Amino acid sequence: MAFGLLKYGLRQNYPSAHHFTPTKPLKPHYDIVIIGAGGHGSGIAYYLAKEHGITNVALIDKGYLGGGNTARNTAVIRSNYLTEAGVKFYRDSVKLYQNLSNEFGYNIMMENRGQLTLAHSDAAIRSFRWRAEVNQHLGVRSELVDRQTIRDLVPNLNLSEDARFPVLAGLWHADGATARHDAVVWGYARGACQRGVELHQLTEAQGIDIEAGRVVGVRTNRGRIRCGAVVQAVAGASSVVGQMAGIKLPIHSFPLQAMVTQPYKPILNPHVSSPHVHVYVHQTSRGEFVIGGGSDPYPLYHTRATLDQKEILSAATLELFPFLAQARILRQWAGTTDMTPDYSPIMGLSPVQNYYLDAGWGTWGFKATPISGKMMAELVATGRVPPLIQPFELERFYRFEQVNEAGATAASH
Amino acid sequence: MKQLLCPLNGLRNISEFLYGGEVHEPSDPRNSSASDWAEHVFFDKNPAGFVLEWWCHRPTSYWFIAERNTITDEVLRTLPSSEIFSDRVEFSAQIDGGARV
Repeated sequence: MAFGLLKYGLRQNYPSAHHFTPTKPLKPHYDIVIIGAGGHGSGIAYYLAKEHGITNVALIDKGYLGGGNTARNTAVIRSNYLTEAGVKFYRDSVKLYQNLSNEFGYNIMMENRGQLTLAHSDAAIRSFRWRAEVNQHLGVRSELVDRQTIRDLVPNLNLSEDARFPVLAGLWHADGATARHDAVVWGYARGACQRGVELHQLTEAQGIDIEAGRVVGVRTNRGRIRCGAVVQAVAGASSVVGQMAGIKLPIHSFPLQAMVTQPYKPILNPHVSSPHVHVYVHQTSRGEFVIGGGSDPYPLYHTRATLDQKEILSAATLELFPFLAQARILRQWAGTTDMTPDYSPIMGLSPVQNYYLDAGWGTWGFKATPISGKMMAELVATGRVPPLIQPFELERFYRFEQVNEAGATAASH
Repeated sequence: MKQLLCPLNGLRNISEFLYGGEVHEPSDPRNSSASDWAEHVFFDKNPAGFVLEWWCHRPTSYWFIAERNTITDEVLRTLPSSEIFSDRVEFSAQIDGGARV
């Protein structure tokens, strides 16, 4: 990578290479159609091509590359979950993230700044101790820290004992990180396209053709495609696309509103979250404070803003960082979170043969992008469910074997 | 703030209400299989469009039904639950042919 950069720097002119294949007509048949060109869909296409040599793949999206929830998350990467299945899965994702820039030859702006979760009650301290033990056992850096350590980590956090909910302790997760979410999807899509995968934007799946319980094609606004297998990777529309294949899912779709302030000098290093006051905050490398919180109180497929939710977010932020009182909100947005009953994703086989699910990504999709892409590609290529994602199958709900991560979210929803 | 028309209390702020999930056909726990019961408990249509939902006006603990568009957030109508559910359902602790739990 360093040598390539030097060669590029010594050039007379700087040609910008095409990252993605230019739009061309759809072929009548593909081995695999991936619905949804976000981080997950692009990641699946990338690993299918790179690790399994499967390149007769159409990556389709009704909008543009990475324009859905990949562009709308708050770009937090962490693995300090509670269950063994959850911790192992996200741990392997964080590991893949660490090497992604090198693998792509493309900077995803990975920053390992750590994540601090705050406890404002004895019950939270107990659950943090539990999480820290499980995390350490599985090789994830996670520890319970006292107020003095918190003061050292985040000198400008409100640690006053007169606060409405005083901070009692914290869960420090040194593996916590952030990255440029757009770069992640561009890196994956570029790598997939270079290996022969076709990216088709503005191509909306409108129906799924099923014959004798087996998926045989996808109907789109640009015509019918026949295919051997379909992967649905449409966070925010899982139920709607699943319905096209006649699959009912345990999902409810809620908006999650977030916002950023005007930029400031670097003043906040780690990512700070408080499940108790329902907010998480970090400062981006360009200085803006990213502020996110819980999902809206009722389901909706619209990404409109509401003043009451913004007030709740602002009030919670000022509890933690009173110095932001004069900060102006620069922009706001919402994503659609496909919430599952146990706050874990749904990956794997579906009731329809050769139709694979990558769904239910709630508020935990971005951090899982690399590992879910890799595991889903392995599943599609080999037909066998990799052990790492076996606990996340849709079937778990019929066996009452949920993977409960409701207590390990950054803000309760 | 968005407002919702409560059949009992009239137009009130949305922050006074609690969303209570989609309106289902009542299931029969005594005669349903484990997988039917799982579907009843966990699964939903979660449609993009009009859907019948349970809502509760929290200060008065009044449960009612609303028909709402989940794409536009437009509420078409609200109605007392008695307009849809008129039969009283008797729940007893006695499980037919089994142990008392």
